[in-house]
Amino acid sequence: MSDKDTVEVAASTPGQPQPFAELGLTAGEYANRDILGRRPTAAELALYSVMWSEHCSYKSSKVHLKRLAPNEEQARKLLAGIGANAGVVDIGQGYAVTFKIESHNHPSFVEPHQGAATGVGGIVRDILAMGARPVAVMDALRFGPADAHDTARVLPGVVSGISFYGNCLGLPNIGGELAFDPCYAGNPLVNALCVGVMRHEDLKAAVATGPGNKVVLFGSRTGPDGVGGASVLASATFGGDGDGKARAKRPSVQVGDPFMEKLLVECCLELYAAGLIEGIQDLGAAGIACATTELAAGGEGGMRVTLDDVPLRDPSLTPAEILMSESQERMMAVVTPGNVAEFLRVCAKWDVEATVIGEVTSDGTLTMTWRNGTVVSIPPRTAADGPVYQRPMARPADLDSLQAAPPDGLDRPKDGPALRATLLALLGSADEADKSWVTAQYDHYVRGNTVLAMPEDGGLLRVDEQTRLGIALATDGNGRYCRLDPYHGTQLALSEAYRNVAMTGATPVAVTNCLNFGSPEDPQVMWQLAEAVRGLADGCAALGIPVTGGNVSLYNQTGDNAIHPTPVIGVLGVHDDVSRRLAAGFTTDAAQVVLLGATREEFGGSAWAHVIHQHLGGRPPAPDLDAERRLATLITTAASDGLLASAHDLSTGGLAIALAESCLRGGRGCRVSVAGDPFTALFSESAARAVVSVTPGREDEFARLCAAHGVPATVLGETGGDTLTVEATFEVPLPELRQAWESTLPALFG
Amino acid sequence: MTFPGSLDDTDAARAVRYAGAEPVPLWHADRDLRGVDAVILPGGFSYGDYLRCGAIARFSPVMAELVPAARSGLPVLGICNGFQILCEAHLLPGALTRNAGLRFITRDVRLTVANTDTAWTSGYAPGQQLLIPLKSGEGAYAADPATLDELDRAGRVVVRYASSAPNGPAPNGSARGIAGVCNEAGNVVGLMPHPEHAIDPLTGPSGDGLGFFTSVLQAFAGAGLAGADK
Repeated sequence: MSDKDTVEVAASTPGQPQPFAELGLTAGEYANRDILGRRPTAAELALYSVMWSEHCSYKSSKVHLKRLAPNEEQARKLLAGIGANAGVVDIGQGYAVTFKIESHNHPSFVEPHQGAATGVGGIVRDILAMGARPVAVMDALRFGPADAHDTARVLPGVVSGISFYGNCLGLPNIGGELAFDPCYAGNPLVNALCVGVMRHEDLKAAVATGPGNKVVLFGSRTGPDGVGGASVLASATFGGDGDGKARAKRPSVQVGDPFMEKLLVECCLELYAAGLIEGIQDLGAAGIACATTELAAGGEGGMRVTLDDVPLRDPSLTPAEILMSESQERMMAVVTPGNVAEFLRVCAKWDVEATVIGEVTSDGTLTMTWRNGTVVSIPPRTAADGPVYQRPMARPADLDSLQAAPPDGLDRPKDGPALRATLLALLGSADEADKSWVTAQYDHYVRGNTVLAMPEDGGLLRVDEQTRLGIALATDGNGRYCRLDPYHGTQLALSEAYRNVAMTGATPVAVTNCLNFGSPEDPQVMWQLAEAVRGLADGCAALGIPVTGGNVSLYNQTGDNAIHPTPVIGVLGVHDDVSRRLAAGFTTDAAQVVLLGATREEFGGSAWAHVIHQHLGGRPPAPDLDAERRLATLITTAASDGLLASAHDLSTGGLAIALAESCLRGGRGCRVSVAGDPFTALFSESAARAVVSVTPGREDEFARLCAAHGVPATVLGETGGDTLTVEATFEVPLPELRQAWESTLPALFG
Repeated sequence: MTFPGSLDDTDAARAVRYAGAEPVPLWHADRDLRGVDAVILPGGFSYGDYLRCGAIARFSPVMAELVPAARSGLPVLGICNGFQILCEAHLLPGALTRNAGLRFITRDVRLTVANTDTAWTSGYAPGQQLLIPLKSGEGAYAADPATLDELDRAGRVVVRYASSAPNGPAPNGSARGIAGVCNEAGNVVGLMPHPEHAIDPLTGPSGDGLGFFTSVLQAFAGAGLAGADK
């Protein structure tokens, strides 16, 4: 196809074959060209191919995501919701917080370092585009087996990419997840979260309003990197032919420059403060194609863009490539003509290149010219809205047999030494082991407001130095639970993130989500997706907190092998006084250790079944959202009353792992006794539980508070000594415990 | 001082405030020190640390003012990237190279104060132990043996890593466990760990770092710079 494929040429050559399939469009989608009354030009075809990609259009998930619309209770604290670049939540005192989690799974498999780095960069620009100063990042990572050959390529690359980009950008990395499972071997999950803070009045919109206003592209120059990243890379499965095809997709991975991003952040914040921006949009997936169509579709009119004015790194780029390029560190703003000079002056101060490339019009059309020809002329909504599919769904054929095979019959540890060995095996497993090998490569101190960071249950940031207002964040997901039951598994992920936020003493207020699934063209995957979204919607309604936004990543599949359904849920909390934060470690001697919540025999999808028996079957633990809500309120109240010395949630590995972590983080042992079957007491994964140590002298007060909130409280023993001792069962000296916990990742990754 | 890519500048300003002084923002492109009594070059990745850490920042317009002022006794503290810039500008000897493990390290490290006669450490006791975050990828101090001997002889090693890790005293492979050094007069100090991130146990591992910022204030209040006549 010719580079000078103008609208006139297209109208006069209706029969010319076009490479729609190579660009990722289906024949059915290509048939929609009737909306233009002619075949699309090469540039238009490129634009539609990326805008209608699964990654940008949510065409398969949209019908299900409708369920996440907030009800009245949930909407009360929302300043902007789903559909904006990121949701915005009122946290009081005039502050608003925006946060979002997004996937960069496919690029991170193809080129781990740059794939993960640009994942951080992309989500940071989303937050920036809302008018907020980005203040922290988190990352939720999932890889194949820890000892697999390819994990040794992917994991260090991903971690170095996040470290390189986030550290250089000056954003503290305050937490996240690291998990391993064979299902992620060919499809690692790299989900990055960013959170930003602003004053209410600083909220910005992604709209192009006011005919005559100028469209300014600023930041890095546009190059040939990341062309088709949203379509042929992110919205397709890997071929399953080893890594040959994956390697061939490397040019679709973007290359990041965190230094430019830092300049862009500071430049944007100065432009906002000076009131020089009418509308703003970040350039991420689908680059200029997406920014122009979304800005134009968000406004009331149209837009005219001169593609010749786009500053290029490579002058040989065609209009199609200019539109599809996903070169990083770029933003697009709408600026009144009178403000353009001042806008450019601020950009020059920060050494940020800025160019007027077009203007807002009132003709309802997005028009782009190149070398004196019109190469794009479309109604912007047709590109921005995209198709909507009601894909067929089917309950996975193997789900009944999977659920009918609970781990009940597996060999259980029967005596003290066997229980002790089980604890050490779980604690040393890659999923539960100390993550310092990863987290030590991230700066969590920069900006000086980090109160808690990994390995704590949730990250906690100070927002206001005077009032000590803060925000807490946690992300959680559990693919094994979701494989067994996506509805309840998603609610368990939500519950855990909610609980982790509460453990800091914060009140959970909002939810973001990253839905990682296989191919939507597989009805069984679509059923998993629908169930997960239904579980999330029902769960959030029960907890009374809204979903503010999120991201869907499909096609996480190699050949016919899809990943476990893996919704990763992020929860935001508000902390009234960060000086009263709680941490997981036992910090005080002779403090009463109390288990909160009820323990049932629940081992389906558990760490024990996975690590000891490589077993996955049965049903996951039963979520109890009402109990979660009561537990969270109890902890928040107890924290603000100073009743607790520590708080740690129970999750995978149960009470045994939680006690071990509290001992290791506080550098202090404990002596506890458990009632009933010690295996169930120590390793069951029942939800809505936590282990706390009580401020000495406040035990009765805390017991009354537990009763008042209807939270079962069981006194287990007390802190102190240098062993983890379970009466009449086993004791482990802390150095032995530490050795088991700390040696795993360094042994694997050097 | 803010260069393009400075990251811990707001944190350095906060530390100045906590110490009881007024932070004054300085800009790399201005040939103007705005009459300040002391300058802090903060951590970060000035100019992306492209080419070499600190190598481009030393050519900033403001450095043309800072270098002679520092040579005339103006107290200057370089933290992390700021230390790298001071070395590149030859206000301090030696250089900072890749960490021994070749990875970025964030870790709370124990330091021993080796010299309390500088503008920035006069408030500490000799041999005092500090717990301060280290966060850097190129923090291994390197210099030729003669320079290292001279630093030892003249007492110009300001802080040393005190950790007893199995691979030797320095977590990043610094020569002779050196975490920070000063110029001959003691008014210019550079160190890799971040005292501005240890000014409040709420947000740091300790409050041990505040002494760097209160020391320089004592120097103004007292009889000149404690280390200036060394």
